[in-house]
Amino acid sequence: MAALAVGMPGTGRALTHAPAQVLRVGLTPAFVHDQHSLMADWRNYLESRLQTPVEFVQRNSYRETMDLLHQERLDFAWLCDYPFLYLKDLVRLLAIPLNHGRPYYRSYLIVGSGDSKSKSMADLKGAVFAYADPYSNTGYLAPRYRLREMGHDPASFFRKTFFTWSHRKLIEAVAKGYADGGAVDSFVFESLEKVKPDIVRRTRIVERSVEYGFPPFAAHRSVSATDFLRMQKALLGMSGDPAGRTLLERLNIDGFIVGDRRMYDGVEMMMRAFGEH
Amino acid sequence: MKRLLDLSLRHKIPLWGSGLIVAATLAVSVGLMARAFADLKGDVIISSQGLGRTLAKTLFPVLLHDDLWRAIELVEAPLHGSTHADPLQAEAIFVVDPKMRVLVSSTPRTMPLLAELDSFDPDDRQLAAALRDADTSVSHAFEFGHSDYLHVTTPVAEEGSLIGTLVITHSKHVFLPRFFGIALGGAGMGALVLAILLPLNWYWGRHMAQPLVQLSRGMDEMVRGVPSEINPDLYGHNDELGQLFDAYREASAEIRQKAALEREVLQSERLAAVGRLAAGIAHEVNNPLAGMLMALDNLKRRSAGDPPLDPLLERTLAFLERGLQHVSETVGALLLEARVQLRPLTPHDFEDLRTLLEPQLANKSLRFDWAVRVPDSIAVAASLVRQILINLLLNAVQATPAGGGVRLAANMRDDTLSLQVSNDGEPPPAHILAHIFEPFVSGREGGHGLGLWVAYQTVQQLGGHIAIDSADGRVVFRVRLPVVETP
Repeated sequence: MAALAVGMPGTGRALTHAPAQVLRVGLTPAFVHDQHSLMADWRNYLESRLQTPVEFVQRNSYRETMDLLHQERLDFAWLCDYPFLYLKDLVRLLAIPLNHGRPYYRSYLIVGSGDSKSKSMADLKGAVFAYADPYSNTGYLAPRYRLREMGHDPASFFRKTFFTWSHRKLIEAVAKGYADGGAVDSFVFESLEKVKPDIVRRTRIVERSVEYGFPPFAAHRSVSATDFLRMQKALLGMSGDPAGRTLLERLNIDGFIVGDRRMYDGVEMMMRAFGEH
Repeated sequence: MKRLLDLSLRHKIPLWGSGLIVAATLAVSVGLMARAFADLKGDVIISSQGLGRTLAKTLFPVLLHDDLWRAIELVEAPLHGSTHADPLQAEAIFVVDPKMRVLVSSTPRTMPLLAELDSFDPDDRQLAAALRDADTSVSHAFEFGHSDYLHVTTPVAEEGSLIGTLVITHSKHVFLPRFFGIALGGAGMGALVLAILLPLNWYWGRHMAQPLVQLSRGMDEMVRGVPSEINPDLYGHNDELGQLFDAYREASAEIRQKAALEREVLQSERLAAVGRLAAGIAHEVNNPLAGMLMALDNLKRRSAGDPPLDPLLERTLAFLERGLQHVSETVGALLLEARVQLRPLTPHDFEDLRTLLEPQLANKSLRFDWAVRVPDSIAVAASLVRQILINLLLNAVQATPAGGGVRLAANMRDDTLSLQVSNDGEPPPAHILAHIFEPFVSGREGGHGLGLWVAYQTVQQLGGHIAIDSADGRVVFRVRLPVVETP
């Protein structure tokens, strides 16, 4: 897939340096992406800053957004760090959001609030376990890596596993008891705690992972340097004006920095462990 | 029970009627409620089977691809936004594979994934056993004994390939409130029907029983003596009961008439006996009395000259004479000798009475009402009629309180002279009324009680009839005298 993507650039607008007519931004379940009025306000904000129409393209799994990038139907995307590394030949790092002032997040291992016995991953042997997305770091890669570290086979450790295709639904699945445990993005968990505290309160965090680089904003390699810089400037500038700050607050992030790809080395290491890099 | 059957019809008819109405209303209500419950259950099963078919069709590919979360979302969706009032609302939805292991369940806490259905509560064990025996290629509805649950099962299969069985479980607790709602509505209607029918029945029952009770009382009186009259308005219809009433009224009227006649005969016989006795005594007294008076008169005449009588003897003689005169008057009144003069009665006789009475009327300031319409000459002994009227009028004047009125009416119809003397005032008390025409019976202080007796005897002598009557503060004496033209 990566090889195919490498051959793709050049067919898009990269050849021309003229500003794009419409900037298409892919949004993924890497954050609480189904708050529709917030998405509309953010899009309006970006349009007014960029003086260019902006189109938000929401998909409910990483795979679908990755496919859209392959098909060059997106210019930018807010991706999880795992797909970002997976598509590293197709996309460039545009900006990294700041979570609690730092560009990092973690994977939380959660169980239902009624389960008072489980103290660690080891206690969940034979349980029904929910993963977020096969292309999620905190919701799939990280917990499987943890199991492997502990010397277990992720394929047989649990009685049954399933994907909920979003972190938010994963929290619901654990809260309602459909899964005994699950691995979830700490940022989504904390964001949802503000929006839907009743669901989050029905779960309990059992383990917190090490820090990983925060899900980045990436630009397709076909995006012109002008558009790349315009979008980067718009995102970085959000913390500089009141409207932007209000939106950042609603998105539960503190702003954006340019960042560095080396922040994702930890994730890359885990991917290599599973032979996926 | 016997006491219940011996109750008065007044209570028994309304009670039995009410009992029947309540029993009928209850029977209809219970029948309708049972029907409503069966219908409600039927509706739940039909709705559940519809939902089951749709869900099974959608679940088939999802379960085939092991997309568990999508399957969870599918079985959870029909339970969302559930209001407890909706009786069609399922309580749980789950799918078991042919080995009765749970593939997906809307209640993961009580029914974990891949656990066996037999490991849950007894109801689920029975369901697992029933599903193992049942034909899983078609839909079923299961209900075990007095269990609170109703299970509707649908195969999750396509073209003969069976993945599992979808089970939709309904709690009767959910549709019981709805049923109770219907039942309450039915009970309300029943109560309304009772509220209308019971008073109607009560009224009708009383209406039917009241005449019967009166009739029964009347019959009782009839057995013991004189029956009282029954209000004819009590039952005005011409059915069997009405005919019974008519018969009773006729019979009781006859009995009363007979009793009145007997009383009258008894009274006139008594009066006749008293009259004979009085006349006999008077006759016996009268002869020696006449002798004594004549002796006294002789004595007075002879001693008119000298020497004058001893003053004491003179006073004694005068005293004796007054006393004997009094006795003579009284006896004369009792004797009523037929000194019949055949002068016919004329209006002048009435005028004379008026003149005679005027001073007494003026004394007590009484009104005198005069209504005499008689022909110029009536063939009846004038002196006797005058005797009757003077007695009756004097009695009336004495009985009327000051400022009241006295009335005399007389008229001639066919061959009868009718006389009416009436006066304002209360009638005499009953113990006097019964003997009013007997001698020496008087309702007043100082009355000698002969006036009415004389009037009565005179009327008898003339072959007439006299009666006393009173109403509305008036006392009326009615006299009817036959007038016979002598040839």
